[in-house]
Amino acid sequence: VVLFSPHFRIRKRDDFEDVLEERRRSSDLRYALRCYTPTLYKGLVPCKVSMLKSIVLQSDHLQCVIKQVSSESGDSTECVAEEASLILDEMAHRMQLSTVRFFVFTLSKAFKRLFRSVCVNEEGIQRLQQAVQEHPVVLLPSHRSYMDFLMMSYLLYMFDLPLPVIAAGMDFMSMKFIGEMLRMSGAFFIRRSFGGDKLYWAVFSEYVKTMLRKGYAPIEFFLEGTRSRTCKSLTPKTGLLNIVMEPFFKGELFDVSLVPVSISYERVLEESLYARELLGVPKPKESTSGLLKARRVLSEDYGSMHVYFGHPVSVRSLAEGKIKRSQYNLLPRYIPQKPSVDTHEFLNDAAFRLVRIQEENMVLKPWVLIATLLLQNPDGMDLSSLTEQTDWLRHLALAFGAFLDWPDHEACSEVISCSLALHRRLLSVSAGHVQLSVTDAPQVETTPEEAVFQRAVVVLSCASYRNQILHVFLRPALLAVAMQSANSSRKDDIYNCFNFLRNMFSNEFILCPGDSVQDFEEACYLLMKRGVLQVLEHEIVMSASGQSTLAFLCSVLEPFLQGYQVVCRYLCEETNENLTEKEFIPAVRSFCFVCGSVNCLHTRSCLLLVLISVSTDLIMHVLGPALFCYMCVCHHGIRSPEVL
Amino acid sequence: LHHQKSWQEIMKWNGWGYSDSRFLFNKKGQAEFTGKRYRLSGLILPSLKDWFEGTFGANLQHKSPATPTVNLSAVAPPNLNEPFIEDLKAAGVAASHDPEDRVFRAHGHCLHEIFALREGRIGRVPDMVVWPSCHSDVEKIVELACKHNVCLIPYGGGTSVSSALECPHEETRSIVSLDTSQMNRILWIDEKNLTAHVEAGIIGQDLERQLNEHGYCTGHEPDSMEFSSLGGWVATRASGMKKNIYGNIEDLVVHIKMVTPRGVIEKSCLGPRMSTGPDIHHFILGSEGTLGVVTEVTMKIRPIPEYQKYGSVVFPNFQQGVACLREVARQRCAPASIRLMDNEQFQFGHALKPQVSSIFTSFLDGLKKFYITKFKGFDPHHLCVATLLFEGDRGKVLQHEKQVYDIAAKFGGLAAGEDNGQRGYMLTFVIAYLRDLGMDYYVIGESFETSVPWDRVLDLCRNVKERIVRECKERGVQFPPLSTCRVTQTYDAGACVYFYFAFNYRGLSDPVHVYEQVEHAAREEILANGGSLSHHHGVGKLRKEWMKESVSGVGLGMLKSVKEYVDPQNIFGNRNLL
Repeated sequence: VVLFSPHFRIRKRDDFEDVLEERRRSSDLRYALRCYTPTLYKGLVPCKVSMLKSIVLQSDHLQCVIKQVSSESGDSTECVAEEASLILDEMAHRMQLSTVRFFVFTLSKAFKRLFRSVCVNEEGIQRLQQAVQEHPVVLLPSHRSYMDFLMMSYLLYMFDLPLPVIAAGMDFMSMKFIGEMLRMSGAFFIRRSFGGDKLYWAVFSEYVKTMLRKGYAPIEFFLEGTRSRTCKSLTPKTGLLNIVMEPFFKGELFDVSLVPVSISYERVLEESLYARELLGVPKPKESTSGLLKARRVLSEDYGSMHVYFGHPVSVRSLAEGKIKRSQYNLLPRYIPQKPSVDTHEFLNDAAFRLVRIQEENMVLKPWVLIATLLLQNPDGMDLSSLTEQTDWLRHLALAFGAFLDWPDHEACSEVISCSLALHRRLLSVSAGHVQLSVTDAPQVETTPEEAVFQRAVVVLSCASYRNQILHVFLRPALLAVAMQSANSSRKDDIYNCFNFLRNMFSNEFILCPGDSVQDFEEACYLLMKRGVLQVLEHEIVMSASGQSTLAFLCSVLEPFLQGYQVVCRYLCEETNENLTEKEFIPAVRSFCFVCGSVNCLHTRSCLLLVLISVSTDLIMHVLGPALFCYMCVCHHGIRSPEVL
Repeated sequence: LHHQKSWQEIMKWNGWGYSDSRFLFNKKGQAEFTGKRYRLSGLILPSLKDWFEGTFGANLQHKSPATPTVNLSAVAPPNLNEPFIEDLKAAGVAASHDPEDRVFRAHGHCLHEIFALREGRIGRVPDMVVWPSCHSDVEKIVELACKHNVCLIPYGGGTSVSSALECPHEETRSIVSLDTSQMNRILWIDEKNLTAHVEAGIIGQDLERQLNEHGYCTGHEPDSMEFSSLGGWVATRASGMKKNIYGNIEDLVVHIKMVTPRGVIEKSCLGPRMSTGPDIHHFILGSEGTLGVVTEVTMKIRPIPEYQKYGSVVFPNFQQGVACLREVARQRCAPASIRLMDNEQFQFGHALKPQVSSIFTSFLDGLKKFYITKFKGFDPHHLCVATLLFEGDRGKVLQHEKQVYDIAAKFGGLAAGEDNGQRGYMLTFVIAYLRDLGMDYYVIGESFETSVPWDRVLDLCRNVKERIVRECKERGVQFPPLSTCRVTQTYDAGACVYFYFAFNYRGLSDPVHVYEQVEHAAREEILANGGSLSHHHGVGKLRKEWMKESVSGVGLGMLKSVKEYVDPQNIFGNRNLL
C-alpha cells in the first residue's frame, strides 16, 4: 500500500489497455451471460440483501437513535422504528446479478458506439484484486459524467471483481424504470440534504457501515458529492468519508482500503448541458423520457475514455499518528459521536489528498492543451502558431508532471488536426485560422442576447477542457501571479502574496488546507527546474528566458482573478444588504452583462472573461472569501475596491 | 540458606523451570519431554515436530543452541558498599556476592533477558544478594540500606515478565538483591476466620501443599504458581486461574505487612472490609517493589473442595465461543475456571498429544467422529475449544455443569469431554517450557495479556493478531508468525485476553529488536482497541512508557507523590512502574 508520493516528484504511471477491443471481437450476449466469479474478501460474512436490512434495523446504534428520537419527538419507538424501516426501504439497493448482466449487455453496445476506446490500467486492476481480498474496499471515482458509475460497475464485472454498491443521489430514483434498474445493479439512494435529520443519518450511516463491516461489497461514492460541471475537481465532502473510516477508528475493522479512481473523457457527454447549467439554465430533471430523448448523444463520437485505478490508500496508514483511536474507549461504540476537531481536520486533509491523487492520475488529451491556448487567444490563432505553441505547452505540462496521453509517433500537427476534428462543434477552422465559435447555431437569426448566450456556452464548454489541466499549472501559476503583484523580489513578500491568493482560491481549486508552504516550495521547485526562476536564500529572481512561461501562467489564472474582481465589485457597489442566495446569482450575472456592455463590449477578450466569470460555479466559490471582505468593508465603512 | 542453594541448583539458569524438565527432539526427530515431574514427562509427542516445522518454517537441521554454562568471567566484579556489608554481618543476615547467585537474580523471563543469557551475554547484575529469614531481618536490611544509601531490589520467585528485575543501567549505587525465599513459613492458620498468616517469600506450590496438609487451600493459582511467590503476587496484582471462586490477589488478602524506608505499613486489625479512606493495601498491591518489601500476608483460606471436575466444549468458531463466555458471565455462573482457545491454539494443543496415554484419549479422533457424523458444520480451521474446571460439592458441581453446558449449546457448543479439559489445564504448566525448545531452533516468542470490555473482545483479538502478522512481515520476518490468543478470565464487564506470539528468526540480524518492535506495536494496538495496559503481568520497565496515558497525568502524579513520601532516597530503586 502506497501512501502519498512526495508532492512534486513525478510518479511513474501504469500503462493502459483498451478493454473495448475484446468487446468488438466477441459476442456481447455471451459475454453478459458468462460465468462471473469475483475475488472475495477473506473476512466476508455471507449475507443476503434481505438480511442486511434486518441487521441494520436491529443494530445497537440504530436502536439507540430510535430511542433518542422517540423521546425527543414524543412518538412511540415502534412508530420511529417504522419510519426507520421506510427510510431504509427507500434507500437500500437490491443488487441482483441478472440486472447487472442486462446492463453489461446494453452498456457493451452503448460504449462501443460512444467511445473509440476505453482504456484501463490493468496493474491498477491487479492491485485492486489484491486489496479486495485483504480489507474492505471503498472506491472513490472522480465524477464528471453519469457514465462514471456505470463504467465502474461495468469494469469491475469485466475483471471479476466484486460489484460495488454505489451511493447515488435521490434524483435518479425519480426516473421510474431506470431508478429501479440502477437499484438492482447496486445503487442505493440518499437524499441530497438531510442536515438535521438524526434518524435518516443513523439509518444511512449504519447501512453503509454494516456493508463495510461484513465485507458485503466495495462501497463506491463520489468524494466531490456531485458531478463537476466545470471538470475542475470540487471541494470534497467528508460526511461519507467519515462513515467509511469510523469502523476503523472504532476498531471494528483492521483496515479499510480507499481506492481513488480517475475517470477522464476526451469529450464529456454532458459538455454543453453543463455549460448551460452554469449559465443558469436549470438542470433538466432526471427522467426516463429525458434519457430516451438524449439518445442523440449515442450518434456522436466521444473519442476515448481513460480509467486509472490508483494505489489503494490504507486508512490505517493515513491515520497513523493523526488519530488517537483510544479516544473511542470511554463511550460504548454504538452511541453516535460527532467527530472531534482533530478527526474533522484529518478527514478534511485526507479528502483533499485523495482528490489530489484523482487529479494527478487524470489522463489529459492534447485537446486540453489546445483549449487552453484558444481560450487565451479569443481572436483565434493561425494553425501554424497553434501547433508551435501547443508543442511548447506540451513540454511545459510534461515538466510539471502532467499525465498526458500524446500519441507516440505522430507529428504534432497531425495530433492537433485530429483533436480539432473531434471537437469541431466548439470551433471553426477557416483558411488555416482556428477560433472558438458556435457552429451548430440555429438557422434562424437570433437576438443579440441569445447570440451572447450561445457564445458563452461554447466558451464555458471549452473552459471545462482547460480546467482539466489547471491542477498541473495551478501552483506555479499562483507563484507567477504572486510575483507579479508582490512588486518585490523578496521571498517573504512573494510568499505572503502567494498565500493570500491561495486562501482566496481555496474554494476554487483543490488546495489542501495547511499545505501552503509545501505548495510554495513545489511551485518554486518546478519553475526553477524549468529555468524560469532562480530561488535564492531570501529572494526569487526571474531569469531572462522565463518571461514567456510566467506570462502564460499568469494568463491561466487571469479569468478567475477577473471573475472574482467582478463579483467583489458587485458586492461593494450594488448590493443591498438583504439579498438571498437565490437572488444573488442572477443579480451578479446581470451586473456582469452591464459591466461588459458599458466598459468593453467592443473588445471581445473582456467579454469572454466576463462570460466566464458569470458561471454559477465561480460566483458561489467567490462567496466565502468575498463575503468576508464584504463584511470587513461594511464594518469599517471603507468602500474602496482596493480592499478587495 | 541451604534450601535456597538447592533450589537454585535444580532450576535452569537460562530458561524456564526445572533443569531436569525440558522438551527436546530425540535422535528419531520425535519430540519428548524429559524428567518425571509432570504428566507429560517421559512421553513422546509424535505430532509436535510436524506442527513445529509447519507453523514456523523451522527445520530440525538448523539449531541455535544455548551457551551451556554461565560464563562467570563475563560477570562484572561487584560494586560493594563495605560499611553496609560490615553492618549486615553484625546484624547476622545471610549474604553473598558469588557471581552465580548474582546472575540468577538479575533477570525475569522476558524474551530479551533469556535470549541474552542463552548467548552468554550478561549485563548489569546485582552486586550482592541478601537472604533475610524473617520480617525483622528485612527491617534491619532496609534500615541499613537507607543508612548507607544502597539500592534494594526485592526478589521473590523471579518469574517477572515485565523487565521488573532488570538492574537499571543508570544506577551507580551498590545494588542489593533482597531474596525473600527464606521467609517461607506459614506462621498460623485461623480456622475460625478461615485465614492464614504467611511469610511473603513462600512459593505458590509450597503454600498450597502445606495448606492442603491441613485440609485448606487459598485457591490462588496463577500459571506461574510453581515458582512465583506470595510477595510477588501482591507486588504485581496477580490473578489466579480460579479467581471466579476465590478472587484475585486483591480479594484474597486480609492484611499486608510491608517494610518501607519510612517504616512498616500495615492495618491495625483483621476486619474484612474498612471505610478508612482509600485502602492502603492498594498502594502496596501492584507497587512492583518500588516502595518496600512485603514481608507477611494474612490471606483467606478455604476448605479443599470436595469435588473437582474438568470439562471442555467445542465451538464452531471463536465468535460463538466468545458469545458463550459472555452469556456465562452475564448469568454469573462461571465455573472456577473457563478459558477459550482460538483455532491456532486448538491445533497447537493437538500437536502436544502424547503417543500413548489414557488421559489423552484422542481428542481429535473423538471430535472428528463428532463433526463427521452429527455435526458436519464444524470447520477444523475455525473451531475452537473452551476448557472448564468446576469445583465444589458434588451435587452442586453437576448442576452447575449442566447449566454451563446448556448455555454452551445455545451457541453451538458441544461438550468434548473431561480429558480434553484436564489436558488443557495441564498444558498451562508445560507451555512455558516450549519456548526454550523453540529457541533451540531459531524460534522466539512470548505471551502478553490485557483486559477489555466484552463488546470489544472480538475486535481486539482480531486486530492484535493481524497487527502482529503484519508487523512481522514489514520487519522482514521470513515466515508468518504464530499469532494466537485465548480468553482466560471472565468478569461482569469484560474479559482477560492472553496472546501468544512466536516466529522463526532465521535471516534477521537483530531478532530481539524485531521481537520488541512487534510486541510494542501489538501493545499499541491493544490500547487503541480499548484494552488495558496489563491485566496481571504488571508494568515493570517494559510498559512504563504507557503509564501516563493509562492512568492520566494526575493519576501518575499521585503515585509519584506516594513514592516521594515513602522512599525519598529511592532505596527501592528498580525503577519499575513510575
